[in-house]
Amino acid sequence: MQDYFIIIVSAVLINNIVLSQFLGICPFLGVSKKLSASLGMGGAVSFVLVLAGAITWAIQSYILKPFNIGYLQTVAFILVIAALVQFVEMVIKKYSPALYKALGIYLPLITTNCAVLGVAILNIQKEYTLGKAVVHSLSHAAGFTLALILMSGIRERLEDADIPECMQGTPIALVIGALMSMSFLGFSGLI
Amino acid sequence: MSLMNEFTKGIVRENPLFRLVLGCCPSLAITTSVDNGLGMGVAFTGVLLASNIVISAMRNIIPDSVRIPAYVVIIAAFVTMTDLLMHAFTPELYKALGIFIPLIVVNCIILGRAEAFANKNTILPSILDALGMGLGFTLALVIVSSVREVLGGGTFFGIAVLPENVPAILMILPPGGFITLGCLLGFLNKIQKKTA
Repeated sequence: MQDYFIIIVSAVLINNIVLSQFLGICPFLGVSKKLSASLGMGGAVSFVLVLAGAITWAIQSYILKPFNIGYLQTVAFILVIAALVQFVEMVIKKYSPALYKALGIYLPLITTNCAVLGVAILNIQKEYTLGKAVVHSLSHAAGFTLALILMSGIRERLEDADIPECMQGTPIALVIGALMSMSFLGFSGLI
Repeated sequence: MSLMNEFTKGIVRENPLFRLVLGCCPSLAITTSVDNGLGMGVAFTGVLLASNIVISAMRNIIPDSVRIPAYVVIIAAFVTMTDLLMHAFTPELYKALGIFIPLIVVNCIILGRAEAFANKNTILPSILDALGMGLGFTLALVIVSSVREVLGGGTFFGIAVLPENVPAILMILPPGGFITLGCLLGFLNKIQKKTA
């Protein structure tokens, strides 16, 4: 039980996937202008991340390892993620058109979100069991959503702020990211 | 002349990191020292060059509807090769870059060049395009990592350049990456405004 707790705290706060591991920066900068959009993106990424975490774990332990073809890891994982995103897209389109519309373009873009592949590889590198891999993916997904929501909250307020022209858009978003990342450094004493 | 243009556009005018803001993740994560930045840039350029050549050579064979998965598989194959080569010949760099070597697969620049350029051009322009973009990205990585290594570690390529108690360790921690890139982008915007 304690193991799981440590994984959760460390993945959500201490090693936050966006703010200290630098995975998934593109959506963090791109889709964080509106709170509603970042909620949708967070939800979609979390869904794919957890599913991909579980499936890639199974592929690694039941196919790549027994047949000794570990070098195919990158190819196999990226294919699984691409197929998974396509599959999730089709299922959501069929059963919940409203959600499909809300997620829009973000859904196919998840394939190239390095957070998904990154967490899948981290799961393998840390030699987690299936349970731990799922919890680990879930907590990283929560950390991603948290960072995205905090960021969009700040950026919505920035709309009225008087920012120097040359810093508008991405530069100021990066500086905000720096400040958030600094405050998340404070969590590093937790464990 | 136009061939030369394909080469030079990636270095300054369409620099993938500074102008198009693509490939942020590796450029923030591994730029803690110039060695790492340069190593990442070279590995990246190799993959981009190889994938651009293969994709431009096969552009008439790959059906349009499955082109993205096909590109991803081609890129993944080259990334795996790079990964194994680096593991064998540069074990230290391999350790320092860690998870970001396999993650070259999902670097948006490579897929972006495949879709926007190699897909429509013959092999020679694609090679020049890849070299230019790779050089531009490497240059950007070296600039970011120089700032971070000098300010954060007080060294440049491992050689001490600042007195011992001057460096701010913050610059090689995660926040330093965000600050450096943010300020550099702002600075470049300012310069561009002036010249335009």
